[in-house]
Amino acid sequence: MNDMRAVERDVDTNDLKITARGVDVFYGDTHAIKDVDVDIVDNTVTAFIGPSGCGKSTFLRCLNRMNDTIDVARVEGSIMLDGEDIYDPKVDPVQLRAKVGMVFQKPNPFPKSIYDNVAYGPRIHGLAKDKAALDEIVEKSLRRAALWDEAKDRLDQPGTGLSGGQQQRLCIARAVATNPEVLLMDEPCSALDPIATAQIEELIDELRSRYSVVIVTHSMQQAARVSQKTAFFHLGELVEFGETGHIFTNPSDPRTESYITGRIG
Amino acid sequence: MPLLWILVIVLCLGVAGYVLGRQRAMASAGGDRRILHSLPSYYGANVSIFTIVPALLVLTIWLFVQPVVIERQVTSMITDTAIEDAGSRGLVMTDVRRVAEGLEVAIEQGALTSEEAQNIRTEFTNVRSRLGEVGVALGGEVTPEVLDAAQRYRELNRIGNQMMTIVVLILAALGLGYAYARTHQEFRARNTVEYAILTILVLASTIAILTTVGIVLSMLFETFNFFQLYPAQDFFFGTEWAPTFESDASELGLLPLLWGTMYVSVIALLVAVPIGLFAAIYMAEYASARVRSFAKPLIEILAGIPTIVYGLFALITVGPLLRDYFAEPLGLGTSSSSVMTAGIVMGIMLIPFVSSLSDDIINAVPQSLRDGSFGLGATHSETVKQVILPAALPGIVGAILLAASRAIGETMIVVLGAGAAARLDLNPFEAMTTVTVKIVGQLTGDTDFSSPEALVAFALGLTLFVITLGLNVMALYIVRRYREQYE
Repeated sequence: MNDMRAVERDVDTNDLKITARGVDVFYGDTHAIKDVDVDIVDNTVTAFIGPSGCGKSTFLRCLNRMNDTIDVARVEGSIMLDGEDIYDPKVDPVQLRAKVGMVFQKPNPFPKSIYDNVAYGPRIHGLAKDKAALDEIVEKSLRRAALWDEAKDRLDQPGTGLSGGQQQRLCIARAVATNPEVLLMDEPCSALDPIATAQIEELIDELRSRYSVVIVTHSMQQAARVSQKTAFFHLGELVEFGETGHIFTNPSDPRTESYITGRIG
Repeated sequence: MPLLWILVIVLCLGVAGYVLGRQRAMASAGGDRRILHSLPSYYGANVSIFTIVPALLVLTIWLFVQPVVIERQVTSMITDTAIEDAGSRGLVMTDVRRVAEGLEVAIEQGALTSEEAQNIRTEFTNVRSRLGEVGVALGGEVTPEVLDAAQRYRELNRIGNQMMTIVVLILAALGLGYAYARTHQEFRARNTVEYAILTILVLASTIAILTTVGIVLSMLFETFNFFQLYPAQDFFFGTEWAPTFESDASELGLLPLLWGTMYVSVIALLVAVPIGLFAAIYMAEYASARVRSFAKPLIEILAGIPTIVYGLFALITVGPLLRDYFAEPLGLGTSSSSVMTAGIVMGIMLIPFVSSLSDDIINAVPQSLRDGSFGLGATHSETVKQVILPAALPGIVGAILLAASRAIGETMIVVLGAGAAARLDLNPFEAMTTVTVKIVGQLTGDTDFSSPEALVAFALGLTLFVITLGLNVMALYIVRRYREQYE
């Protein structure tokens, strides 16, 4: 576990982006998330770790109200984005998701060209006033996702024809293109090989300068490498939340220690 | 021996073989089934297969070949003068077969002993009246020549049947013996049975393919006959459909019928595709599980209604409705049978075809694509329009083309809804007719199968077949070409 010291632990700002208080999630009768409080700081990578089924993905999906698409899911408590409750009836979940982008576990490019994949969000939200502006957004997004050099000559080819790692970066470009403030990543590297994983991790660190990134991961090494803050979930509860270095070197809860040393999980 | 008995005996041998084979296998392993290469039942099945299959195969072939061989033998006995008297060789042979069968029937009923039947002579007995007594009517007096041929026919048949019985039973016994002898603990009975099953499966698919080929060939031959009597260019490019059975002045142009078919089908698809597709989108994307569980079967009930019932609906409801509220007020016609009537009702019939297939296809689009789109802040309908439909499009096009080939082949709705008048017209409230209706029309009632008026039905049928085949091939191609684009 030496690599956990590889990243500097500075948190650049202390502006709170998202504050969650007393969040409970129910799937039908199942109590999936129990009374979770989390603060997501701007321009920071926050990692959610924990064993399978501990609710970290569920909680992530609360942050952009993706759970709304599941009929039986019910969310209680308050989640504030920039001081505004995202579960307020005034808030349009569709608009919210443009502000809180999401990258999924499996790369899921649309069966369209690379260009159309990236232009999808801007087109829907009317972010570009003409074709030139759209071109610019697409280029900028692909550059941010470190895919421009590989994709610039084949923008009209289907996104499904890229390799797995490229597809995932395309999905990141697609999310970045809507100009989000927060990027949620649900195990973005679990379907990728080590080289592609390293590229994505590097990318996540760069994305931190513009967005606050929340990443769910199964790999503790990955959490240690890319994040500044780590939250450990276990059986639907938030066990421990704090500086990544602190969690990994000096956990205060015995369950956290058991998990990072491999005794539960 | 009657055929039924041969079959029963062979099957009994097969069952016996099963039991024996099983026993022998178990015995060879000293009663321990773990030593056997295959399960005991495989050894039994193996013996059964060797007993039954070759015997029945020979039996089947024999049943086909024997009549042909006998026919050829007997035909050579008929002199040319007899043929000239009767008109043709075929008619004489029909008489021969009738007399031979009649004698058999007479023996069976006890009107003649088999000896009497053998020695019966036209000089002493009126064969025709004797056979008439047992219910076998003959067209004319039986000549000595025909009687001789009939006796020969009976004789050959008797010998043939005897030989068949012997050969088949010996073959069954041999098969049983051979397989039984081979049954041993190391014999790979399982593989043999596997091979037999494979053969059955191959045969089944071959029959399906051969049937298609057979249908096409029969259509092709009749169509060929038709084109010998009627010029092909007049058929394909003629704009007049006016068959007259009396003279040679029939006009048998395909175009008015094809136009009617296309017109009705297009209207049907204009009705079915939007409604079916929207219903599918609602069912697959928006409907809750509860709504879906009762609405989907309800839509599919439409597919179970017989087309003749749709035809009645067109005739008594939709037709008059369209005439009274649209055609007459607009001055477009006074006919209750119209292209519009048939098209709309056919469209209703096709809704479940489009919706059910499209529903399955939309459901097959991975959830991850929906999540991706929602995650970017797209609404549900934007997601459907921009992600799901493009991903499902190949399948949906396939569904539409399948519906189209149904529409083209539909008959009853057109008969009752659109009428039977062949016409090249643009007015959708005018009665028109389609290819299928005319096929029925040309072949019902008294038809002379050597006249172009009847044979044209086959040319029409082949044309339809080619069109729907083309559509199906196109549908398959599209579905296959673009399937799994998302995966």
